[in-house]
Amino acid sequence: MSDLHVRIWRGDAEGGFSAYQVPRQESQTVLDVVTYVQRQLDATLAYRFACRVGMCGSCAMTVNGVARWTCRTHVSKVIDDQGALEIAPLNHLPIVRDLVTDMAPFFDQWAAASGQFSGAKTRHDDFATVPPDSPARRAIDAAIECIGCGVCYASCDTVAWNPAYLGPAALNRVWTLVQDARDTATLDHLRAVSGDAGCQACHTHVSCAERCPKNISPTVGIAGLKRALTKATLKGQL
Amino acid sequence: MTRHIHRPSRMNDARSRQHAGWWAFALHRISGVALALFLPLHFWALSQSLQGPDALEHFLRWTDRPLFKFAEWGLVCLLALHMTGGLRVLALEFLPWRDWQKTLLACSVGAAFVVGCAFALAL
Amino acid sequence: MSARLQTWLWIAQRGSAMVLAVCVSVHLVTMVIAVRGGLSAAEILARTQGQLAWLIFYSVFVVTVTVHAVVGLRAVLGETLGWRGWLRDLCLGAFALLLIIVGARAVLGVFGAGQ
Ligand code: SF4
Ligand code: SF4
Ligand code: FES
Repeated sequence: MSDLHVRIWRGDAEGGFSAYQVPRQESQTVLDVVTYVQRQLDATLAYRFACRVGMCGSCAMTVNGVARWTCRTHVSKVIDDQGALEIAPLNHLPIVRDLVTDMAPFFDQWAAASGQFSGAKTRHDDFATVPPDSPARRAIDAAIECIGCGVCYASCDTVAWNPAYLGPAALNRVWTLVQDARDTATLDHLRAVSGDAGCQACHTHVSCAERCPKNISPTVGIAGLKRALTKATLKGQL
Repeated sequence: MTRHIHRPSRMNDARSRQHAGWWAFALHRISGVALALFLPLHFWALSQSLQGPDALEHFLRWTDRPLFKFAEWGLVCLLALHMTGGLRVLALEFLPWRDWQKTLLACSVGAAFVVGCAFALAL
Repeated sequence: MSARLQTWLWIAQRGSAMVLAVCVSVHLVTMVIAVRGGLSAAEILARTQGQLAWLIFYSVFVVTVTVHAVVGLRAVLGETLGWRGWLRDLCLGAFALLLIIVGARAVLGVFGAGQ
């Protein structure tokens, strides 16, 4: 197999691409390519990964212009005819160095969206039973599988155009809480996701769902939040 | 809570926007802005009739040129596109969600196309 | 502007969209009929003059389209030009006023109030 022509982002926001030749291999992932460069060609390359099996959400990068998890993205799926591969850090987040972004703004938005669970029970109470077949539980089957990789956040143009926007992942998280029979702060959640920065800012372009590696559609959850918020507002509960 | 967050300017480019939902959004936004800007002109033109039918007739004859005809047709198409695209958004936001986004988009573009043709034929 | 008011604006925009879906459908059909054989003032006014139903229809149309367009532009100005804050909202308020005034003149005109 011929070599891959790889361009990798080096430096911070003012940086640029550097070119590398990487041998092509069977079943090679993008993360394999980055690891090869770091181990064989330039030990100073900074990148992030942990599990390599699609569970931790730490390896997301921009591959040929599209945000992806790199540990489970096969090179064959993303290279063009010339065998060119462009690897950059995730968009919409500050670059720490090379392929590593600072995820703090991403998770700050989870906090701002009131993404934390608040229940009424204590450790002395019995377990809550959530019927697995209840419509509310079924509605979040996909949404609770989020690994916090930031792919949706980097793919959502509204995140770039509206700096206060909470973003798809944080809103998806809040949707799971609003649907959670045990959570007691539904109205607080809805209040936190209302307004120009909240769920109403979503323009339904579905880029987030298109790119989410876990096949979650944050757009679905955001639509659910819009409906819940509308209902609560019309009832005068907020 | 931190709400205003510094974000660097690295934006997505066309490579990440090649999918139906994004195109639907782009069409909807462009048609919406164009229609909003056209609105005052449209109202002004019709308000000529306050000075009687002749004033309106005079204005209509003044717009009887190929360029205006073409612009009229374009506006009708934009209106149809914006309406059908808007119905798509309302369906996605307010109806129980299914994996029908692409079908919806196809329907909305199709319906707009039909309206555009009907108007072109009637012109 | 409070998040609550912003939420109401959003609701107004979606609500007006639902009304507009009906209005625009009627409008499109009327237009296709009206342009056959060329547009003429006499033809337009013959349809609308003194017709209370059309007066009500076009009044609802003007009000909902104003709400819808202004809230829509508000998002576009924020996202595309980065223009946010009270001055933007004030200017949009002025634009809404303009649309309502010119729109009312158009509605009254085709109703035949000028005669
Ligand atoms: S919703 Fe999907 S893309 Fe977004 S952070 Fe969670 S797993 Fe990643
Ligand atoms: S659907 Fe909403 S959250 Fe998803 S990419 Fe579009 S604006 Fe962002
Ligand atoms: S390294 Fe854990 S998800 Fe890719």
